[in-house]
Amino acid sequence: MEKEIHANIPEGDLKDKWSNYKAKAKLVSPNNRKKLDLIVVGTGLAGASAAASLAEMGYNIKSFCFQDSPRRAHSVAAQGGVNAMKNYQNDGDSVFRMFYDTLKGGDFRSREANTYRLAECSASLIDQAVAQGVPFGREYSGYLRNRSFGGVQVSRTFYSRGQTGQQLLLGAYQALMRQKEQGKVKLYTRHEMLDLVLIDGKAKGIIARNLDTGKIERHAAHAVILATGGFGKIYYLSTLAMGCNASAIWRAHKKGAFMANPSWTQIHPTSLPQSGPYQSKLTLMSESLRNDGRIWVPKAKDEKRPPHDIPENERDYYLERKYPSFGNLAPRDISSRAAKEQIDAGKGVGPLKNAVYLDFEHAIKEYGKDVIAERYGNLFSMYEKITGINAYKEPMKISPSAHFSMGGLWVDYDLMTNIPGLFAIGEANFSDHGANRLGANSLLQACVDGYYIAPYTLQNYLADQIQVEKPDIKHSAFEQAEADVKEQLNHFIQQKGNKTAEEFHREVGKILYDKCGLSRSEEGLKTAIAQIQNLREEYKTNLLVPGDVEDINSELERAGRVSDYMELAELMCIDALNRNESCGAHYREEFQTEDGEAKRNDKDFAYSSAWEWSGDASSPILNKEPLKFEYVQPTQRSYK
Amino acid sequence: MVIHLKIWRQKNQHTKGYLESYTLNEVDAEMSFLEMLDSLNLKLAKQGERPVEFDHDCREGICGQCGVMINGIAHGPLKNTSTCQLHMRSFKDGDTIYVEPFKAKAFPVIRDLKVDRSGLDEIIAAGGYISVNTGQAPEANSILVSHEESESAFDSAACIGCGACIATCKNASAALFTSAKISQLAKLPQGQKESSKRTVDMVNRMEELDFGHCTNTEACQVECPQDISVLNIAQMNYEYNKAKLKS
Repeated sequence: MEKEIHANIPEGDLKDKWSNYKAKAKLVSPNNRKKLDLIVVGTGLAGASAAASLAEMGYNIKSFCFQDSPRRAHSVAAQGGVNAMKNYQNDGDSVFRMFYDTLKGGDFRSREANTYRLAECSASLIDQAVAQGVPFGREYSGYLRNRSFGGVQVSRTFYSRGQTGQQLLLGAYQALMRQKEQGKVKLYTRHEMLDLVLIDGKAKGIIARNLDTGKIERHAAHAVILATGGFGKIYYLSTLAMGCNASAIWRAHKKGAFMANPSWTQIHPTSLPQSGPYQSKLTLMSESLRNDGRIWVPKAKDEKRPPHDIPENERDYYLERKYPSFGNLAPRDISSRAAKEQIDAGKGVGPLKNAVYLDFEHAIKEYGKDVIAERYGNLFSMYEKITGINAYKEPMKISPSAHFSMGGLWVDYDLMTNIPGLFAIGEANFSDHGANRLGANSLLQACVDGYYIAPYTLQNYLADQIQVEKPDIKHSAFEQAEADVKEQLNHFIQQKGNKTAEEFHREVGKILYDKCGLSRSEEGLKTAIAQIQNLREEYKTNLLVPGDVEDINSELERAGRVSDYMELAELMCIDALNRNESCGAHYREEFQTEDGEAKRNDKDFAYSSAWEWSGDASSPILNKEPLKFEYVQPTQRSYK
Repeated sequence: MVIHLKIWRQKNQHTKGYLESYTLNEVDAEMSFLEMLDSLNLKLAKQGERPVEFDHDCREGICGQCGVMINGIAHGPLKNTSTCQLHMRSFKDGDTIYVEPFKAKAFPVIRDLKVDRSGLDEIIAAGGYISVNTGQAPEANSILVSHEESESAFDSAACIGCGACIATCKNASAALFTSAKISQLAKLPQGQKESSKRTVDMVNRMEELDFGHCTNTEACQVECPQDISVLNIAQMNYEYNKAKLKS
């Protein structure tokens, strides 16, 4: 049965909604806050900033991460920058323009009110980060510097060399450690959440596994915040860290939380190509390289000559040819698809014919090697470390790679899921980016959710929990959840099959890349669903996990994550199959314009899918949240 | 190529460790070092043996979670390169590679190549921050930071917290790690207000934990994947002395 979806968007004009919300939201007085316990899972930018901010207010926080330190979370890897509406460049930026850019970049598939709030809160983040000591790029006068990024016409991106994510994360991590020192945060590193515990329909705690000892623990709280990031690692080869996973949000989904738009994954155009079957990840090279690098492939199929022996007239600078006004800076979804088109046509380069050239020869001729080294030196040296190739002398070889999950847990305007007391923030939720995220908006969303939204919306929920007793971990709901978790772990170990979790992961990742990646078709998706179902059956009997349950055991950790991927993969395909249109990163071959671009269908698909677990991974229930556009008229995106 | 490995195996911190020999016959020069270990682990799992536990996550040199001693050198032979960015092309066919955990009293072995580096978090908790709550910050451009100050602060802030400096130091001193944070914040106007307290608290915490003293051998900088300069240690000492003179 389809359910009605309430996004709880406040009354008033778009620009007044957040102010109206804050004016009316319920509060918890300072002396009551210490009576309330909160669990925050994940210590990336969203999790660390929320945990630190809420602890500063006086709440008791339990903070969990699977890494050995909160500072390792994958926000650390973001390179290019963070967007914020400061209009320091006096170049026409405004909150509305930033909102519009984000909504358009997402191909008109996000909620107006949330996207507007993201832009509205962006400026405060820069203030906070500077106060924390984040060393942003500066002019010689001492003022903050900006650069421009894909998909917009203003300069609103702040950056710390090529390590903006690392520096922002260290700011949030240090704020978190300060609260730990003050006793307001208790840290649980090397702990993985394995289940969500509901009592009377409300989120009241989690089951976690201590990864060093294998011990299963119960943790109770008045509310649970999931800040567990994206699940692009489901594709196996991705730009994500090895440990990134969907388990926390997927297990919450199986307890009733809706999953929204799960199939919308951003495939980043400039990562390093796969070099062999042993490969474990694909390293991202910053989008900023496309400012000066030119992308091309040989015109001839199966070209054997090295790149510098191929004359100009035998090269196809396909982005410049197809999108003359944006050229090499076309948005990510479009650039990635164009690369795939060339590779599929047999024009890929490199030993596995799976890459395109990103060439700096012209830029070096025009500006000199020193200027290029100053702009991209760290990226060139990173490229050389990984490939052994000097990109000043020959073109880089790049390839599209799974990167960011626009989809995630469905949340309302409060960033609360449909389970009362369960919040999802940062990449773990679905809220702001629609069907394609703009560059430098990811760090922004994680920070805004954690620093500026969760502290208000949590209070609105917690105000009614002061009188409610803290849940008891002896409650039968905890007992049952712990028993279920233990049973699953034992089942993994006891199978003693022939294939490791990693081997299964590679297989399901390959299916998704081929059939639910850059382009999708009805036929391909149906095949993929059947293949995933078979693989999932095999996973029940042929899994090989060495070692013990009650011990440190990386293979066992992986087995749980891959088990969840096996179910999520099918939901992604079902979601992609249901959406009979193309939008942003979701490109259905059957729905394209005459010149091969994504063709939206606003009449039938102007909604976010919010899938409900039915007990069977193959038959989820589709709920729809209609998207209403009151302030912006959706148009056909064009970058020609 | 063929690679012989001597890998440290240790069940937990209460048992004795030992070097175990393995041989891999099909190592590709394009593999990363950790992918080579992945292939060993796959082989071990298939043989019904326990895979080698080792720490890693981002595999692009920024999270700081990986790190082992490779032939006695933290993160292996390449300069300014973390373990995850080292590739097998840095070795020759037939080489024998010794792989051991980062060894320091303050880094107890959890299992095999995994060690407990939570002491580094404890040092940061002692004062490695500017005490500003969310919401207190003034307009960003009201705090001017010169280009040089900001770039210099960044050089210190680039530390990834991997612990190679401690594993390399003969005294297992955390001076480079601690001083990088102290310097970063002391170089910025917004961090100077509490620099004295920060420095004393962090240095005291470092000494309370099991880290040793710095004797200026400068070995730490040589093995640092981020090339953090020992000048940070000089600045830490300066800030410390200044704080002590004031008190």
